[in-house]
Amino acid sequence: MTAKQQSFPGKLIAVEGLDGSGKSTQIYLVKRWLELQGSRVYFTEWNSSLLVKKATSKGKKRQLLTPTTFSLIHATDFADRYERQILPLLRAGFIVLADRYVFTALARDAVRGVDPEWVAKLYSFAVQPDITFYFEVPLEVSLNRILEGRPSLKYHEAGLDMGWSTDPYESFRIFQGKILKEYADMRKQAGFTTIDATKEIHIQQAEVRDIISKKIDLPTFRRRQRK
Amino acid sequence: MKEKAFFGRPLPELKNAKFPGKLFVVEGADGSGRSTQIAMLSQWLESNGFAVRLMGLRRSNLVSEELEAAKQGNVLTRTTLSLFYATDFFDQLVNEIIPALRAGLIVIADRYIYTLMARDSVRGADREWLRNLYSPALVPDAVFYFRVSAAQLIGRNFQKNSTLDYWESGMDLGLSRDMFDSFVKYQRILQTEFQRLQKEYKFEVVNGNRMVESVQQDLRRKIGRMLSIGIDIVPPAPPAE
Repeated sequence: MTAKQQSFPGKLIAVEGLDGSGKSTQIYLVKRWLELQGSRVYFTEWNSSLLVKKATSKGKKRQLLTPTTFSLIHATDFADRYERQILPLLRAGFIVLADRYVFTALARDAVRGVDPEWVAKLYSFAVQPDITFYFEVPLEVSLNRILEGRPSLKYHEAGLDMGWSTDPYESFRIFQGKILKEYADMRKQAGFTTIDATKEIHIQQAEVRDIISKKIDLPTFRRRQRK
Repeated sequence: MKEKAFFGRPLPELKNAKFPGKLFVVEGADGSGRSTQIAMLSQWLESNGFAVRLMGLRRSNLVSEELEAAKQGNVLTRTTLSLFYATDFFDQLVNEIIPALRAGLIVIADRYIYTLMARDSVRGADREWLRNLYSPALVPDAVFYFRVSAAQLIGRNFQKNSTLDYWESGMDLGLSRDMFDSFVKYQRILQTEFQRLQKEYKFEVVNGNRMVESVQQDLRRKIGRMLSIGIDIVPPAPPAE
């Protein structure tokens, strides 16, 4: 079930970063850019498989999840999207854009105390992205972006299941701080392409597009124009 | 109290692994006599004053409904299904089996990681991947694998249901379009896989072709030794269906 050595005509671009790093905005802009060029592009986001979603949200709502089952249910969600969409689309020659990829799981599960080696092997069936953009942002900046509006944080989103603090905002700060450390530790090995996420949105986007254009032969991904 | 063993690094949910309870696992195909033997065992254990908890696959609070739906609809791909079953398994392990063992109960599991691994393995999953997947699981105190010939299995399945089950016949593998052929082929492949697992995990092979009573006698002798129960009681007749 290890897929690392496979090669496909398609390309995989993933974005990673803390909540509030602006990665979803950036990948959305990449999607629009490629679509307007007429490229074959597909977008997938974390935790969105319909089949698994019901179980995940039930588990989260009723707080049934423990670190191990939290890890496994997200792996199940990922596998479903991977086997039914990501992989077939890569084989069919699409550019697949992923808002969060396995690195999110590695970081979150490690913070929850799950053996990182176990998680890494769990996800060993997944192909490595051609480019993984890591949106680097100081913790305070991303926290401010998220917490400014005093949003209602979900139980697991705030890391409340870990019992670090009973205050959701405090718990979220601790959680994000720990995630940041995990990202920092895996950065080199994972081959992240780092983008300074404190810059203006369009400046970051220009940088991202430049990197993509250099690394991927984009014209070959355009749909044939009708005459 | 002896510390329990894990196949790999223990679950992160556990602070310590000292449980007074015991975990016994029964493995075997449908029709190999698992449920009959487990019912008899649990009656015997209770009559000796031991509290018993029964466990099985696809019974977790978390995902059992979704798994049932997936089984009916055949909509999940292989890795997804493997992981879904693993989620179900670990949910039960963490939330039910381990608390029961901690409370000093005897847990009898009707199938365990071995069935899950064997099924995935014959469907092309990487063995090393599977070994890792289930490595945080608890090593049972004993595993009894009921080995029954394919011919016997067919007889018993027809006695029970008068039809063969789609999944127990391995129809999804495309071994044969004929269900009977497929059943025989699939059960043989599974048995070979179990033999491989048996060597790796060292479980006890029980000849399940014998009479219900002699199989039960065998199990009681082995379990009785581990729990210091005398086995001079004559096993009762199997419960009427």
